[in-house]
Amino acid sequence: MAVLKNKQESRRSFVKTAGRLIVAAPVLALPVILTKKTDVKGYVWQIDPYKCTSCEQCRTACVMTPSAVKCTDAFPMCGYCDFCPGFLRQGAKTYNTSAENQLCPTGAIVRKFVEEPYFEYTIDEKLCDGCSKCVKACANFGNGSLYLQIMHNLCVNCNQCRIARICPSDAVIRVPATDPYLRKELKS
Amino acid sequence: MILAVLFIWHSVLYAQQQRFPRPEFESGYTFPTHQFLNQRGPMWEYMDVAVLIGALLVTTWMALVKRSRQGIIWVSAFSLAYFGFYRQGCICAIGSVQNMSLALFNQNYAIPLSALLFFIIPLIFALLFGRVFCAGVCPLGAIQELTGFRQVKVPRHVEKVLAAIPFVYLGLAVLFAATESQFLICRYDPFVGIFRIDAPYTMVIFGSLLLVVGIFVNRPYCRYLCPYGVLQNIFSRFSLKHVTISPAECRSCRLCESGCPYDAILQTDPEPHPEKIEKPLKGSLIYFLMIPVLAAAFAVILYNAAPAFSVVNSNVKLAREVRLEKEEGIKAVSKAAVAFFESGKTEDQLFKEEQQIIGRFRKGSPWVGIFLGLSLGIGFFRLTLRKIRTDYEPDRGRCYSCAKCFKFCPVKIKN
Repeated sequence: MAVLKNKQESRRSFVKTAGRLIVAAPVLALPVILTKKTDVKGYVWQIDPYKCTSCEQCRTACVMTPSAVKCTDAFPMCGYCDFCPGFLRQGAKTYNTSAENQLCPTGAIVRKFVEEPYFEYTIDEKLCDGCSKCVKACANFGNGSLYLQIMHNLCVNCNQCRIARICPSDAVIRVPATDPYLRKELKS
Repeated sequence: MILAVLFIWHSVLYAQQQRFPRPEFESGYTFPTHQFLNQRGPMWEYMDVAVLIGALLVTTWMALVKRSRQGIIWVSAFSLAYFGFYRQGCICAIGSVQNMSLALFNQNYAIPLSALLFFIIPLIFALLFGRVFCAGVCPLGAIQELTGFRQVKVPRHVEKVLAAIPFVYLGLAVLFAATESQFLICRYDPFVGIFRIDAPYTMVIFGSLLLVVGIFVNRPYCRYLCPYGVLQNIFSRFSLKHVTISPAECRSCRLCESGCPYDAILQTDPEPHPEKIEKPLKGSLIYFLMIPVLAAAFAVILYNAAPAFSVVNSNVKLAREVRLEKEEGIKAVSKAAVAFFESGKTEDQLFKEEQQIIGRFRKGSPWVGIFLGLSLGIGFFRLTLRKIRTDYEPDRGRCYSCAKCFKFCPVKIKN
């Protein structure tokens, strides 16, 4: 009986050591395998403005409320239009800048007079909820200078961005954290 | 419909058109550049790793050396506050499994260093000291630990069956991440919505349901869902050191039997008769031979299920929708389909992509099958083994090192 027990004990300890080695091997090997594939800085999510179809899903899909997606104006592209299609609602009865004539549902677009006949449009990011109504209008009737970006002071950088999962045009992509914004530039 | 298509086409054509020339200002106006704000610096990621290691060390000390349940509760509260509510549930070790899978099987993704460390460090601790990560560091574990007030024992057979779910979950999560389809674990993380106080209502219901169940059946997510717990379970079985129920020699007094809410206390066995030993050996041999058979069977089953799994990939889903429109005339109306038609990609490209993704699923799913078959086979095989135990000791795989059983042990050591 004692011999049997001893035999069992030694077998058990053998299994244990073998198991320990088998289990430890991948843990020690993984960092070695992944040395070339490790990125210290990591990635963040960003919207490629040239792929974005302004489908309005960014507003609701983001895990943050309000969404971390905000609109920005690419000033070099902007026409500084008096009649900005992103700022003024289509089919407004009167032509003035009163609230009911504005396209933005939260009134986040700030209009500032520069000189005759130009106006500068900036986005109040506190108010913007990333609904992309103005982006669509600007792309359809203007220069397409308004575009959406994920603001990294608000983004919590989920492992898989929930907007990326449902984005119909795969416009939400991983970009290096060192260069986290995809600016829209004036094309020559 | 035609109008809609025209409208979309119009928007694509003119999306980049400079309809209005760039104004030339006379008043000396300069074009501003938008100042984008950056996220918190990489220093903070190292801070997270440092906090992780620190919390693991403190938990280990509390569980193995100090043997203090109170201490573990405090560490849990800290982890819940830091990793949960302050860091809002990201980054977490459970989700890092997917980053590992994505990095291992994809060329163009490099894993962030912090994700790699969050994956490996808790496993190293499991190999050294058991599941101390689960005990007090994991925010998902901590929120359940702190809300588990009552203890209802689950019947052992129910427990065993439910404990198989995490293996399937882990296998599928790794497969879906490796094929760049979904991050299943993050998507169905039940508590991250509570940490952010912001979630779709379905996840809020799921999370609070788990918490309510957890009041009675402690740690339901850890036991019946957590995929990282599977790895912790396997690694902890071979741990160098592990918490013991008794601080000194066990007297087999049976007082701790009811002390574990997770049924992770192994009881002492009466010594079997020597002549009875032969018989179970034969039985266990059959089960031992069953292991490769099960692995092969599961591999075949999952290989054939690969096309069904591939629907979780959005490209495959889109390709099916487009094909339905082509063959059956059912209009593809989803936003993805509309975006696809505008993008100018041809259907052949899409179908080719679909075949590639299904091919990757075919390549990956047999391995998931082998993993599931092996775990099931080894599980069956272990049931036939009878270990002669003289002490009450924790089941190293299932024990969370939560220190609840300490107070049931009458053996005390005076410090």
